Amino acid sequence: MSAPVLSVSNLTIDLPRNADRQHAVHDVSFDVAPGEVVCLVGESGSGKSVIAFSVMGLLAKALTIANGTIQLENEDLTRADETRLRELRCTRMGMIFQEPMTALNPVMRCGDQIDEVLQEHTDLGAGERRQRVIDMIEQVHLPDPERMYNSYPHQLSGGQRQRIMIAMALILEPVLLIADEPTTALDVTTQAQILHLIRELQSERNTGVLFITHDFGVVAELADRVAVLKQGELVELGTTQQVLSAPTHPYTKMLIASVPVHEPPVRAAIPEDAPVVLKTEALDKQYKSFSFGGGKQVVDAARDVSIEVRKGETLGIVGESGSGKSTVARCITWLIQSSDGRIWLAGDDIAKMPKRDLHALRQKVQIVFQDPYRSLNPRRTVGQSIIEGPLNYGESKADAWAHAQELMQLVQLDPEGLDRYPHQFSGGQRQRICIARALAMRPELLVADEAVSALDVSVQAQVLQLLEQIRDRMQLAMLFITHDLRVAAQICDVVAVMSKGQVVEYGPTRDVFNNPQHEYTRALFDAAPGRDFAFARSDS
Amino acid sequence: MTDQFPDESSQQQTAADTAVISAESAEAIEVREQPSVWSRLLRHPSVIIGGLLLTLIVGLVPAAPFLTSLDPTDISPRNRNKPPGFMTVHKDEEGSKYEVKAVMGTDKLGRDVFARVIYGARVSLMVGLCVAFIAVSIGLLIGLLAGYFRLLDAIVMRFMDGLMAIPAILLAIALVSLSGASLFTVIMAIVIPEIPRVVRLVRSIVLSIREEPYVEAAISVGTPTPKILYRHVLPNTIAPLIVQGTFICGSAILLEAILSFLGVGVPPEIPTWGNIMAQGRDLFQIYPHSIFYPGIFLTLTVLAINMLGDGLRDTIDPRMSREF
Repeated sequence: MSAPVLSVSNLTIDLPRNADRQHAVHDVSFDVAPGEVVCLVGESGSGKSVIAFSVMGLLAKALTIANGTIQLENEDLTRADETRLRELRCTRMGMIFQEPMTALNPVMRCGDQIDEVLQEHTDLGAGERRQRVIDMIEQVHLPDPERMYNSYPHQLSGGQRQRIMIAMALILEPVLLIADEPTTALDVTTQAQILHLIRELQSERNTGVLFITHDFGVVAELADRVAVLKQGELVELGTTQQVLSAPTHPYTKMLIASVPVHEPPVRAAIPEDAPVVLKTEALDKQYKSFSFGGGKQVVDAARDVSIEVRKGETLGIVGESGSGKSTVARCITWLIQSSDGRIWLAGDDIAKMPKRDLHALRQKVQIVFQDPYRSLNPRRTVGQSIIEGPLNYGESKADAWAHAQELMQLVQLDPEGLDRYPHQFSGGQRQRICIARALAMRPELLVADEAVSALDVSVQAQVLQLLEQIRDRMQLAMLFITHDLRVAAQICDVVAVMSKGQVVEYGPTRDVFNNPQHEYTRALFDAAPGRDFAFARSDS
Repeated sequence: MTDQFPDESSQQQTAADTAVISAESAEAIEVREQPSVWSRLLRHPSVIIGGLLLTLIVGLVPAAPFLTSLDPTDISPRNRNKPPGFMTVHKDEEGSKYEVKAVMGTDKLGRDVFARVIYGARVSLMVGLCVAFIAVSIGLLIGLLAGYFRLLDAIVMRFMDGLMAIPAILLAIALVSLSGASLFTVIMAIVIPEIPRVVRLVRSIVLSIREEPYVEAAISVGTPTPKILYRHVLPNTIAPLIVQGTFICGSAILLEAILSFLGVGVPPEIPTWGNIMAQGRDLFQIYPHSIFYPGIFLTLTVLAINMLGDGLRDTIDPRMSREF
């Protein structure tokens, strides 16, 4: 094997003194060979981004490299000064980030931003530079390069912006590309295209890639070798096949076992006579806006959505961002008012009900949000948040508190925690608290709006299991909104696939997954990363 | 329904589950507490300096009768325009004479500048505090409503834009000519243009907080709107409002001095720092002391309040430090 482009050895990075652990990264060693894709994979807080930033010389001031070397083509970056690092960035190593919107300057044209790299690092004339930028935009397969050159970032889609970032990172043909979760913010079909593009450009140019991700599907799709990090320590390093199919470290085994499989399991049938809890008929939601000169603009966020959830059943709504799935959830929970159609909740049409009458029905439908860090008021104790709803409906404080204690046990948390504040809990625990708060209302329908999307894969598996247990025990109807097909496959009895505000496919999960009818559903499934990869399944 | 939550629920967990949960709880306990706001405040240099200075100046208010035996409004023709350090002669109620050293000299009517400055602190500080309190209270209420109810927003904010366009001095002149010069008029004249600034601040906070999922969660558990405003939205506005309040207080003291200096403020018989300076204006070049001393006090007070405000902003404004 040729000499590695990047060689990290015994790297230890210290955290500031008052942090929860001593090292951000401890004694990590790995290489990236030319033309090789090495994936750093780990949960949040595992130190994977810290490694990427230390290679680029972009570490936050509070973090210090305590030990070890980072060698880029045999040059030790830990000893390089700021001037040298600036020379190396873009010429020898390039980086792409998670959020292409914030990584690009919103007031500069995309072409000028790529051109800036050439201006800084080459002596080319203006005409030559422009030609090179246009060529590069073409190479990242953006349509109409001239127009792209003159566009501002906000005029492009997320995927297009990420292509601009890639063009910027690769225009000087660096030997190393660092990609820090570059597809996490993108939809699954766009993600597949970007991964394909990275693969293509990287093999054309023989670039070494250090790819950071938390998604094992992406790892399976892209990586040659995988390094698994746990709390700053490298626990396993090997080829993708080895690590994903035959992991040796217990942590890796646990992580891989937590990855939901794409294949829906056989689920117990819902009894035919189970009562319908929620039914929508031709639900419409339009957003209208007025602007001077622009006149009236109407956006159809949801069109003609008809779904049905029975007691004890989970209906999944799957779709990409902007497909209208959250709009449907918010109409049903009456956080926004639907424009047209009917919403039958336990026999009452709530779509056009006056607010006064709605109060009594609110109790029957409860929602759990995506972001566990923002769904609890940081100034109120967990207990206060949980009993807020029951108190609104006239329950006595003592009863509500006793019920809250039972619920804490139900969501597998210590009832003592009721007196603590949300910041004293981890993300997964907070999501359990949010579930407890929803259950405190004794709802008939629980809406989970991307409720596990912000969680790490191992925590995600636990919360999914918890939701399933609760649904069975309390015979809840559940509406589960997600963009993640694998999660939907695991928990839903029935799925509705949404695209551009409409339900394009609707049926039992196994039927939809095994035999998708609609073109869009098929495209969505094909784009799911690592779909055909045989992950190690110790439990199955 | 309660029966649906059997007590043995926790015992039904698998061993693996329990292990994970105990690990998670352990992690929660390890979370270190941030140092409290008070301890951070007491370590901030500009809070300490500003706070001490302000305490001294505020201390003048109750201490004034003990610091000087002279009446700040006592006119004494024989003691006119005496320089600082001059021994002035006064008569007590029984007619016997006594001498008092005029530390800061006397003004053109023979009144003791030191007595006027320390008694003037009362009015100046009162104007500052009243304006800050009234402007913040009214602004908070309007801002909360405008930020939360979109329909109200368009109307209220246009009205606020209009108010903001009125210069305080013009408004004061108009009010004084309508209702005569008084402390109340001056406070009102300063409060009115100050309110829109508070409203804008509160409204911008409310606009972002009302989109927070925890507010939506409160809506979906049926919490009535007034309770949502009071419980979930209002506490987020307190820290920035305290900071804004100090700045309003500082600028109100300054504005009151300007109004008095221009002769449209507090009636001339009430000593305020602005009034004292206004009356020293004619002979300023020959006897600068009657402008210099109140000027120094005014500067120090506004400086102290602003330093305190800066320090408060650094320590308690959530946009400056992430507490949670």
